[in-house]
Amino acid sequence: MPKKIGLLGKKIGMTRIYSEEGVAIAVTVIESGPCVVLQKKTVAKEGYNAIQVGFDAKKESRANKPANGHAKAAGKGNFYHIKEFRVSDPEQYQVGQEIHVTDVFKVGDIIDVTGTSKGRGFQGVVKRYGFKGGRMTHGSMFHRAPGSIGCSAWPSRVIKGKRLPGHMGASQVTKKSVTIVDIRPEQNVLVVKGGVPGAKQGLLQIFTK
Amino acid sequence: MNVLEQIEKENIRHDMPDFRAGDTVKVHIRIIEGNKERVQIFQGVVIRRRRGTVGASVTVRKISHGVGVEKTFPLSSPRVEKIELVSQGRVRRSRLYYLRDLKGKAARIREKGIS
Repeated sequence: MPKKIGLLGKKIGMTRIYSEEGVAIAVTVIESGPCVVLQKKTVAKEGYNAIQVGFDAKKESRANKPANGHAKAAGKGNFYHIKEFRVSDPEQYQVGQEIHVTDVFKVGDIIDVTGTSKGRGFQGVVKRYGFKGGRMTHGSMFHRAPGSIGCSAWPSRVIKGKRLPGHMGASQVTKKSVTIVDIRPEQNVLVVKGGVPGAKQGLLQIFTK
Repeated sequence: MNVLEQIEKENIRHDMPDFRAGDTVKVHIRIIEGNKERVQIFQGVVIRRRRGTVGASVTVRKISHGVGVEKTFPLSSPRVEKIELVSQGRVRRSRLYYLRDLKGKAARIREKGIS
């Protein structure tokens, strides 16, 4: 578990920008923060040091009473997304404090971005694991099937972890070492090089390194 | 306005002339060699123009020393100094890939306005 502060964000989409030398860079635009500290967790009380933050304001009428009661101490309304960041010293933060992009990141920083990848549904082994499959024509009777999945009388079972068809995507994915190309504090926007996991409007956790 | 559109708007260039497939253009490209910078001109026929915002590009084809050369330039790139329209051609499609199979007299493009 990284003991580093980060922010929550939302993927806006991808585009292309040009550096001054004329190099085209594919970038992802992330709306990031402000995150409000909702709770401090300490070794003494919860057994570990962390801060709990909320992102993306939610009307109090849309949240239930326990959730509103929990967010009341911060006094900044309720949030759609609530997550924790492990920090070494939670006492640096106050409940109700807003953390902005510029507090945590600067241009040129290397970050890790965690999100939920796009769901692909139930997929076969060719798409899911990149199996080659067989030829489609010339009398081939082996197209996209997984082929043999093990031996016969011994061990009389399929070994665990055998790659077979199943549900693909919609899982947590971390893209490591993403470079920050630009920060726009007035719009709470991070512009990072390359892609990040998940669909547009998807929740992202951005960790400093 | 959407942040994404705003970022694209800042990166897009609007100083490109109006040209289309079949036209002959001169593309002035900035070339960086070591720490020196110079401008090179690439003249040829536009065989494809891809529309779009920051991703728009143009593919120019010319015959250089008997060898066909194609270059694709992003239209919003600062490396492209300018694009000059030399002449307009009369063609009947937007993607002139058929020129790759033609050479000499057959690869000529009729000029616009001359029947």
